[in-house]
Amino acid sequence: MHALKLACGLAGLLGLSIANAIPAGAQGTTYTTIERGRDLVNAGDCASCHTDEGGKPYAGGLAVPTPFGTIYSTNITPDPATGIGKWSEQEFYRAMHDGIRRDGKHLYPAFPYPWFTKVSREDVRAIKAFLDTLTPVRQENKPTELSWPLNVREVMTGWNELYFHEGAFKADPKKSEQWNRGAYLVEGLGHCGACHTATNVLGASKTGEKLKGGDFGEHWYAPSLTSGLRDGLGQWSSAEIVEYLKTGANAKSAAAGPMAEVVKNSTQYLSDADLNAVAAYLKDSPVEKDKATTKPAAVDKQALSRGEALYFDNCTGCHMENGEGLAHAFPPLKGSSAVQAENSDTVVHVVLAGAKMAATPGKLAGFAMPAFDWKLNDTEVADLVNYIRNAWGNHAPLTSADAVSKVRKGIEHAGG
Amino acid sequence: MSKNTRRDILRTTAGAGSVAIASWFGPQARAAEGDSVAAHSVAGRTLSYFTVPEFAFIETAVSRLIPADELGPGAKEAGVAFFIDEQLAGPFGRAETWYMQGPWKEGTPEQGYQLKLTPAQLYRVGIQGIDDYCRRMFNKKTFAELDAGDQDKLLHSLEKGEIELVGAPAKEFFAMLWQNTNEGFFADPIYGGNRDFAGWKLIGFPGPRYNYVNEIEQYGKPYTLPTVGLMGRNASTRRG
Amino acid sequence: MATKLKSVDAVLVGFGWTASILAKELTDAGLQVLAIERGKFRDTVPDFATTHIQDELKYAVRHGLFEEPARETLTFRNSLDQEALPMRHLGSFNPASGVGGAGIHWNGQNWRFLPTDFKIRSHTEARYGKNFIPADMTIQDWGVTYDDLEPYYDKFEYLCGISGQAGNVQGKIQPGGNPFEGPRARAYPLPPLKRSYATVLFDKAAKDLGLKPFPCAAANTSQPYKNPYGVQMGQCTYCGFCEWFACGNYSKSSPQTTILPALLPKDNFSYRTLCDVTRVNLDSTGKRATGVTYVDVQGREFEQPADLVVLCAFAQHNVHLLLLSGIGKPYDPRTNQGVTGRNYAYQITSSVNVFLKENMNPFMGAGALGQAVDEFNGDNFDHGPLGFIGGGYIALWTTGGRPILQQHGAPKGTAKWGGGWKKSMHENYLKSVSVATHGSVMSYRGSYLDLDPTYRDVYGNPLLRLTFDFHDNEYKMSKFETDKAALIAKAMNPQSIKINYREGHYSILPYETTHNTGGAAMGADPKTSVVNRYLQSWDVSNVFVMGSSVFPQNPGYNPTGTVGALAYWAADAIKTKYLKNPGPLVQA
Repeated sequence: MHALKLACGLAGLLGLSIANAIPAGAQGTTYTTIERGRDLVNAGDCASCHTDEGGKPYAGGLAVPTPFGTIYSTNITPDPATGIGKWSEQEFYRAMHDGIRRDGKHLYPAFPYPWFTKVSREDVRAIKAFLDTLTPVRQENKPTELSWPLNVREVMTGWNELYFHEGAFKADPKKSEQWNRGAYLVEGLGHCGACHTATNVLGASKTGEKLKGGDFGEHWYAPSLTSGLRDGLGQWSSAEIVEYLKTGANAKSAAAGPMAEVVKNSTQYLSDADLNAVAAYLKDSPVEKDKATTKPAAVDKQALSRGEALYFDNCTGCHMENGEGLAHAFPPLKGSSAVQAENSDTVVHVVLAGAKMAATPGKLAGFAMPAFDWKLNDTEVADLVNYIRNAWGNHAPLTSADAVSKVRKGIEHAGG
Repeated sequence: MSKNTRRDILRTTAGAGSVAIASWFGPQARAAEGDSVAAHSVAGRTLSYFTVPEFAFIETAVSRLIPADELGPGAKEAGVAFFIDEQLAGPFGRAETWYMQGPWKEGTPEQGYQLKLTPAQLYRVGIQGIDDYCRRMFNKKTFAELDAGDQDKLLHSLEKGEIELVGAPAKEFFAMLWQNTNEGFFADPIYGGNRDFAGWKLIGFPGPRYNYVNEIEQYGKPYTLPTVGLMGRNASTRRG
Repeated sequence: MATKLKSVDAVLVGFGWTASILAKELTDAGLQVLAIERGKFRDTVPDFATTHIQDELKYAVRHGLFEEPARETLTFRNSLDQEALPMRHLGSFNPASGVGGAGIHWNGQNWRFLPTDFKIRSHTEARYGKNFIPADMTIQDWGVTYDDLEPYYDKFEYLCGISGQAGNVQGKIQPGGNPFEGPRARAYPLPPLKRSYATVLFDKAAKDLGLKPFPCAAANTSQPYKNPYGVQMGQCTYCGFCEWFACGNYSKSSPQTTILPALLPKDNFSYRTLCDVTRVNLDSTGKRATGVTYVDVQGREFEQPADLVVLCAFAQHNVHLLLLSGIGKPYDPRTNQGVTGRNYAYQITSSVNVFLKENMNPFMGAGALGQAVDEFNGDNFDHGPLGFIGGGYIALWTTGGRPILQQHGAPKGTAKWGGGWKKSMHENYLKSVSVATHGSVMSYRGSYLDLDPTYRDVYGNPLLRLTFDFHDNEYKMSKFETDKAALIAKAMNPQSIKINYREGHYSILPYETTHNTGGAAMGADPKTSVVNRYLQSWDVSNVFVMGSSVFPQNPGYNPTGTVGALAYWAADAIKTKYLKNPGPLVQA
């Protein structure tokens, strides 16, 4: 109701009629629209970026590290001075759809407008309606810490020319309604590819690498969501994908690190229908040859044996002697697509710093794995990681003590 | 937050020993206890609490309590004296978690430890008392200088409380010494004792392991994985 | 000058087992609940992580998870003619400090009391005559029956995921279970733990003697388990570091592993740590509590108002608080008048060391991995010719083989140190186990709690004073049990055994059990009890007291199962009776 008054007030100021400001056919800012907007905001996981650690909800200020420097998320509460309280629905749509903010300047694709461009006008309207109901927070946006020339936003014009494909989602008439709903969510609000697709040096998604795995940064690797049998979702059923997104874990894997945040803030709130749609879409990717080596990596036998000893001394209390974990409790390492991801960063990260499962209503316990950084040196971590990635029929590329050292330094630097 | 202080004026009722205690544990003694003087080092390792002569006593005593023999290293080889040294320099030695408020009374055996002395103080006073006794009884020799037979006899006497020591009850001292020797022989090597898992290998304890799900039903079968400590199979690794 | 805070519906003193149960039940009923805990917050990771928890020196020997006597302890004497002196460091029992309480460092040995236990006085008088009970033995009926509590025992067992074999389901005796137990509605939620070699040998020996052994019920999960609150648990891996340690893989039942994940997210629950409750405050009539006073870690005093006050601290700490707050007339053993502090009891234990011929791998174990016989517990046997009351179970527990403190003794005649001791350790460690007896302790006029006249805690409050010793009845019963245990031990075909009778006065050292009971006895008669059958104070109707403090005497079983059941029973009474009509639930 507050938003409506504001809109009317502004419309009056600017000489616009109410009829122009709010398209015909809309019911106005009804309760249902706001609720729908809340669901969409959950799907888009706005909170994960737009809420700082220990900060006020949606007030921005979270440091988002990129290869080009740090960008700080912005205040999207309806505060008129420092948030988006003054933004019209049209201006908000332009930001979501074109990556252009109210003052006409470009937004950086750390804000995933290349994905949000697909979101329908009506959905964007509902999102704005929900955001307008948030508690306004007076908090200035922090300037970016990008080096020249990237800190000059006009540079994005060129980038968009090369890499940005503007346009709302177009349903594929050959596919089912459920598939299209899943595609709309994954390619749009879900912006899964923002993490799960490899990027080129300019930070744009690599063509032909869609959802085949990507570097989240901070030494977390987002694994492949395509149908690879070894390191993708090829062996996951639709039901398992749904369970994972809804509760944070399934029989095959448990979300850790940034993905646990995604489950906590976003996917646990999706409806069962939407989750099934996402699963249907993801399962429809063609089964490809494993990107990871299909032949066992030439693993040094002595190193494997050292790794096995470390595994028995450190890991069997939860992951068990056969690497199978414990049903409903501890994820298996044997056959795990997360463990066999092409890039070993996530595995190394978890061994060093530990991990906590998302606590959701469906899985309250939020089991945690302790940190081993103080117990194992870089060589030991490398031996151990290489062992679990190549034991029990697993195959994955090797890591090294040097690589572990880099991850260790990166985690320490981040205070994690 | 505790209001207790070692400057409590109330004395023990331990008779002749009480004067010695009061002078030991006035302001000077607070400084002495826990001091790590640079000269306190043995075999290249800096001592945290004991003086060199005190350490000699302890190392000798523990070598009699758990001697080296054909079964393997004894307490001395296992580093138990260093273990005790470190423990006494820490919160245990300072009785940090103990209730150390007065008044101080001699209780029944059932009422447990009622000495005003912290473990660190008990050792200092006890060692002094025993060495004084030895010098009187054995022609100016300290405990460490006696032959093994006399050392053992003396330890037995202490255990039974048959010797009157100045400043500390013999029985209490022996009990604590034996308890700490046991601890040092069997605690994880990160604490300085059980070197190379000497204690664990003597008895067949494999160390801290977290999964015997398969093995527990293999009745009578020996466990074959190598001994491991909190810091791994390399027993000499220290924490931190 | 205490700062007065905003009122809550219910304030709980402590945040261990009973507080977690009460908090969950009362917040489910819509109350705003605050728990105040003197220790710190603890969780499986990082505090109990598998990476560091199996450190015997730090936790078992140096008491890493327990309360610190420097901050609070008690004074102790055996009898009234002695002067009580402080327990200067922990010995006989190990209370906890921190969220989860002793619920994180117990073994998980989980029992129900017998139906006759709850009616011990009336039952004993009926069967053996009034004169069978010594004059100074102050045992009394509980005011609740086994049948009253059965659904709540069930609730606690399904909360915890108890692994066991039922012995009596709805009156039908089940093979392989305890044939003496009271009837239960249904089986345990999980099957028994795997058997260690020693428990298999005990089982055979007991059967050879015509006894009916059974696997002990364990709050160590034999399988992964999701409890009725929706909280998932792992599975015990027999790591052998259970009691005095905490579980690193979510397989020991504790508040953390069974309740907190469902409780902590609730909007109407909050807790404070590092805050010591020093008083329950009463209004000018003395019949109504207005809340509690507590001191935080910086020494600042706060007054926390509440409509309902529940004492959920460890056993004797509840009694201490009642005495400091003037709730209930303090008990005077000389006149046998008063109630608060009355009927303190404990447990009487003994053991038989068994030196076997084969490898037992004692380091593989779980806190409640045991095999027991119950023929000599409660009134399961004819006491007439024996001349004592009570009994206990006899069990072979394989809880671990931790090298410093779990040495199973040495055969008779072994030297206490030196080369001979070393040889004995070498030869016997892998092959020795113990058969234990776990006996009841009755209440007596001379076994009680009050305030010490001399010694103070860090807040200047008088310490609690414990006056307690074993009596002839207990020594007699314990000898009887120990002789039975020796028979079973001999039937295990050992090289030798060593019998350790319980002899001499009760001592505050060494460790025996943390089964302190009484001081706030429950009962039907306000002249001999502090709380009524719903654990509600007779004197102050908005104060309830939880824990083993309410046991009028202590039967021959570990207390936690009954502590949990009583907590659920009291929570139910609060929800269905008290909240609808605050005031005394039982007319005095």
